[in-house]
Amino acid sequence: MTAPEPYLGTTNRTPVRHHILSVLVENKAGVLARIAGLFARRGFNIYSLAVAPAEGNARFSRVTIVVDAESAPLEQIVGQLNKLVNVVAITDLAPKDAMERELLLATLSIVNDRSSVLDVVANAGASIVDVNATSVTVMLAGPPSACDQLEKALESFTEVELQRTGRVALPRLGQTVSA
Amino acid sequence: MQLTGAQALIKSLEQEGVDTIFGLPGGAILPVYDPILDSSIRHILVRHEQGAGHMAEGYALATGKPGVAMVTSGPGATNIVTPIGNAHMDSTPLVVITGQVATASIGSDAFQECDITGITMGITKHNFLIQSAHEIPRVVASAFYLATTGRPGPVLIDLPKDIAQSKMEWWYPTSIEELDLPGYNPEIPIDANDVARAVELIAASERPVLYVGGGTLKSHAHKELLAFAERTKMPVVTTLMARGAFPDSHEQHLGMPGMHGMYSAVTALQKADLLISLGARFDDRVTGQISSFAAGAKIIHVDIDRAEFNKVRQADVAMQTNIVAALTALEAAKAMPQNLDVWWKEIRTWQERYPLAYDEPLADGPLRPQAVIEAIAAKAAPGTIVTSGVGQHQMWASQHWKFEEPGTWVNSGGAGTMGFGVPAAIGAKVGRPDRTVWCIDGDGCFQMTAQELVTARAEGIPIKVAILNNAYLGMVRQWQEMFYEERYSEVYLSADLPDYVMWAESMGCVGLRARTLQEMYDVIDQANKINDVPVVIDFRTDSSEKVFPMVAAGASNDDIMVHPSLRGDAQ
Repeated sequence: MTAPEPYLGTTNRTPVRHHILSVLVENKAGVLARIAGLFARRGFNIYSLAVAPAEGNARFSRVTIVVDAESAPLEQIVGQLNKLVNVVAITDLAPKDAMERELLLATLSIVNDRSSVLDVVANAGASIVDVNATSVTVMLAGPPSACDQLEKALESFTEVELQRTGRVALPRLGQTVSA
Repeated sequence: MQLTGAQALIKSLEQEGVDTIFGLPGGAILPVYDPILDSSIRHILVRHEQGAGHMAEGYALATGKPGVAMVTSGPGATNIVTPIGNAHMDSTPLVVITGQVATASIGSDAFQECDITGITMGITKHNFLIQSAHEIPRVVASAFYLATTGRPGPVLIDLPKDIAQSKMEWWYPTSIEELDLPGYNPEIPIDANDVARAVELIAASERPVLYVGGGTLKSHAHKELLAFAERTKMPVVTTLMARGAFPDSHEQHLGMPGMHGMYSAVTALQKADLLISLGARFDDRVTGQISSFAAGAKIIHVDIDRAEFNKVRQADVAMQTNIVAALTALEAAKAMPQNLDVWWKEIRTWQERYPLAYDEPLADGPLRPQAVIEAIAAKAAPGTIVTSGVGQHQMWASQHWKFEEPGTWVNSGGAGTMGFGVPAAIGAKVGRPDRTVWCIDGDGCFQMTAQELVTARAEGIPIKVAILNNAYLGMVRQWQEMFYEERYSEVYLSADLPDYVMWAESMGCVGLRARTLQEMYDVIDQANKINDVPVVIDFRTDSSEKVFPMVAAGASNDDIMVHPSLRGDAQ
């Protein structure tokens, strides 16, 4: 296994060296607790986690875990994770080999600065998904770095309620990945 | 054929070849205790659930077969958590069945409810909460398959009471595919490149050591080990978990390494240019300060569990396979080191200069604990099984008993569970009734689980227990003497309270006591003549005895302290 690559993005929120583990698991009760428990007791840090049924198969779920590869050697994390009986397969994606996407939702007050809100939303390429007389809810689906930028741009506004999903990822086309 | 879930569970255990269950009934497991009356399986009724777990471990370690324990929900389940954790640390195959409250009550804080699958998630290889009576056969078959293959370990099955009472149509899996374990594949084919690289490292080596761990016993590789060691002439060390994997009487055996290891075994690892680690995990009790451990050695690390590679020490070659396959491949490749004459000459010098030593026994006592162990060993039949608790007596037993074959040393290694010895001895004797079983125990350990001697007497399990009674929590006392300026804090237990002889007799055992050398020899002879009931001997030993050699916690193995009688010149 090669050493983890440094993260290529520019954000201050993402760990400097992260890896994305795409973990195929049996869709059974308690599987997420097994994974979370393993990370906790071995002292591995989870940066983000996304879980959903795997492609067209009710038997399996896909867990996308962004791990801080500085908290423990990646080899240890993968080795221990692989020992969980309900874990079927682990794909390890280095950031440079991964197509990462994340979704951000934010609700903002437009009572005082409607035009600047709309400017920020337009600049970020976000879309408005809900609106009333006092607030809008905007959505951005894109690279985590774009979500980081929008989040930073929204810092100057008041009364922001913001939620991010954590990232999902697939291998970049033409790259080989290690299991 | 229609069966209840409870009947299906017992029938499934019969299918797996289980001959003994160690357990204690209670509310939630009640339905399962009914079909036991009609089963050929022997049930041994323990006095505390911790005893059931350690008995199952002792059975497993002595026989190589999985141990089975069954308890009820709530406190029954939590009482067996320590043995499960112990088995997890020592990779002992165990199947533990716990009763659970009825499905509809789960999560409602029902009487005797606890989330035992949650509690044991981190200390089992896997656990199951059964969802329907139909899946009982698959879960039981899976539990045995998981417990005994790959890196063995404990597996827990939690069975809700209503499922035990519901009906199912009997079936049993006939193939591994039917177990439905898509994420589990214990068969790791050996990588020819790894073998080739290992052969190269061995060929270049002038100071190799075979560092043999518990995995060698778990994969039953002792014959392959003996053949490989004898052909290559490499020195062998066996860790606390591997005692018996290589005969102690063999001239290539240097003994146990580690914190209380033989000087020659510890130093050979330190000075080696190559360690071939066979199912060992570079535990801190073996390596001491990791940065100075075997600093000049290349590492060939053989283990079935890839998570052990590079966890503590970077391996030069990591071979993920069982030990039999690895040794067979190295043997087929005719792996051979350089001429080892110089290396052996050096090792023999250490062995002569720093043998295992203790002070001359005093005729009038107090007894030397090491002499007690040697006297028992001298009169013990070949193949006698020895169990122990945890502490000084455990280290002395490992040092002074000569283990010649697998399954003769049963102890708690990774977890260091005091009180392991007596119930483990009972389990070992049940598994190997043809063997004499001695528990070398400490007075502190004995007090933790001695009530299981009632079980032993009631069930006709004639074990022998030697309490090395020094009236202290001896290992803690040793540390307080050496590292806390003799400030003894909460370690005194008293030699006379309880009266171990009276206690033994009240439990239906023969109780004996020895204070002098002559009494020591006499009671051992007496104990050896008793084969129908358990025997307990209270040996009054010297409180000030310490275990040597010793490497202080966190110190370098280069700074090993030998027995004071061997000091005087530079080590």
